[in-house]
Amino acid sequence: MSARVLVGVKRVIDYAVKIRVKPDRTGVVTDGVKHSMNPFCEIAVEEAVKLKEKKLVKEVVAVSCGPQQVQETIRTALAMGADRGIHVEVSGKDYETLGPLQVSKILAALAKKEQADLIILGKQAIDDDCNQTGQMTAALLDWPQGTFASEVNIEADKLKVVREIDGGLETIKINLPAVVTADLRLNTPRYATLPNIMKAKKKKIANVKPADLGVDVSSRLEVLKVDEPPQRQAGVKVETVHDLVGKLKEAGRI
Amino acid sequence: MAAAMALVRGVRFGSYSIGRSRSLIFNSLQRRGIAACVDPSIGLTDEQKEFQKVAFDFAANEMAPHMAEWDQKEIFPVEAMRKAAQLGFGGIYVNPDVGGSGLSRLDTSIIFEALSTGCVSTTAYISIHNMCAWMIDTFGNNEQREKFCPDLCSMQKFASYCLTEPGSGSDAASLLTSAKLQGDHYILNGSKAFISGGGDTDVYVVMCRTGEKGPKGISCVVVEKGTAGLSFGKKEKKVGWNSQPTRAVIFEDCAVPVTNRLGAEGEGFSIAMKGLNGGRINIASCSLGAAHASVLLARDHMCVRKQFGETLSNSQFLQFKLAEMATKLVASRLLVRQAAVALQEGRPDAVSLCSMAKLFVTDECFAICNQALQIHGGYGYLKDYAVQQYVRDIRVHQILEGTNEVMRMIIARSLLTES
Repeated sequence: MSARVLVGVKRVIDYAVKIRVKPDRTGVVTDGVKHSMNPFCEIAVEEAVKLKEKKLVKEVVAVSCGPQQVQETIRTALAMGADRGIHVEVSGKDYETLGPLQVSKILAALAKKEQADLIILGKQAIDDDCNQTGQMTAALLDWPQGTFASEVNIEADKLKVVREIDGGLETIKINLPAVVTADLRLNTPRYATLPNIMKAKKKKIANVKPADLGVDVSSRLEVLKVDEPPQRQAGVKVETVHDLVGKLKEAGRI
Repeated sequence: MAAAMALVRGVRFGSYSIGRSRSLIFNSLQRRGIAACVDPSIGLTDEQKEFQKVAFDFAANEMAPHMAEWDQKEIFPVEAMRKAAQLGFGGIYVNPDVGGSGLSRLDTSIIFEALSTGCVSTTAYISIHNMCAWMIDTFGNNEQREKFCPDLCSMQKFASYCLTEPGSGSDAASLLTSAKLQGDHYILNGSKAFISGGGDTDVYVVMCRTGEKGPKGISCVVVEKGTAGLSFGKKEKKVGWNSQPTRAVIFEDCAVPVTNRLGAEGEGFSIAMKGLNGGRINIASCSLGAAHASVLLARDHMCVRKQFGETLSNSQFLQFKLAEMATKLVASRLLVRQAAVALQEGRPDAVSLCSMAKLFVTDECFAICNQALQIHGGYGYLKDYAVQQYVRDIRVHQILEGTNEVMRMIIARSLLTES
């Protein structure tokens, strides 16, 4: 199969960092804070590399949108086995307001330009939890989508995707080209090996601007304010089940 | 008690229990929202940051969750180490043509520092294994390199470094294990003491006497496990380093082919010392990792533990103590990394700098870990808390690979000898 896979990787604040809201409440503190690849994007890269190792796809291209620093994230994808990278330069105010709609327009344009047969994304990013980019990208391209994938198999020129849904697991068969978004149990991302990290240095990262792709990155959304979640209140201990039911009724819960 | 433990370990991201075993408990060690002043990735190249990231991730996921068990049950974690070898950690500064990763001494230091946060004892053994693989790679001929290095780099086989004897520790050149030439074999007689990995490893790099007294009569031979006449003493019971077995290695008319000798006769001591220069940087790097983890643990504990109506972090005395610990940590890190660069470049000050780094860093980092234990109060003394294991594990770094007293001898000699 001569398939080309596009994998979107997002640079987010590392999951282990304690998030702090900026004093002016316009967002969270990102300066000097450790960033890394979105965990679901790691799973997406791993799946793409696995497909390449099974010889079901020929080339894996890692894409990221953002300022200079996202090149680190693309390099991590290259170290995991992606063949080349594309850095879509978005910085400053545009980057702060960059959201799923703009990214999906960029990915759709790139998919056409690179003649991709498959796009694999993380199901959502851990900073905004939007869970929209994959779905929007599929809609813009008019491609089928297999979201929340916990298993992906290529059979002939169709994709069999097992999806994690509220009721359990759903298996669908979709035509290629398609968009897949990775859920937690799709795979366990590999560690980059030292030799692969060194090989990644030689792999190419192309630079591209949204304007070159004909995409307008201005946002239709305006963030009004960002607040910390309310402090967790202490609970109340009750002696009997009777008391518990009484308290729940008082609180209007039952 | 349980509440205190939960507090110390910190609260993690609620809904994402990621597939890899990112244990809630040990992730506090990998808190990446780390103060810039002690951030170990400052000043590194992008590539070095990638190496460090892999090592930190591996330490957090594959080592830290088992560190206490490996210590208490004295388990030699063969599978975990082989996983590390798959990532290239089996022969970090060994040539790629025999399976190594071909990285620099500085890259190696960064990697061991990060791995050490997951388990000092295991990382220290990996560093000894690396040292042996390098010695064969550098001083062996092509047959020897091709015979031993690939298996060592993949950790299909494990190695031990055999220099110390019951009668010769610091006075290493006075070693007595003899190697008498008989036809095309050396017949070894004698015993080695305190050998890390001894009995469980497959390849023994042995310094033995083929010639006259003193360093010039010493040669280096590679002895394989299973050779007739090679046996082992009982497994020693140690204060720390419990994830690696330590045994005496005994030679009784043990015949070793002459083709297993690294370099020429009489070069053994020099080979051993060159191996140790790198070994000293590696051991110092392991101490760094433990100190780094301990500083973070102490900081986290101070932020939750309350006495006299406020958190310990409000006590100026403890703030100053923490500041001193952080300063010593950064100073140590800079010295080790400088020494690594000096060794890589073959600079004239390399040997002294490696000795200075080993001396300073192992001492300072032990003080840091010890202070971190003190800050934990009574909890610091319990095996439920990692800080005591860091203290126990790095205590021996001030003793082996050349005691810190011998380090002073080396440095003084370089100062007092005319160049």
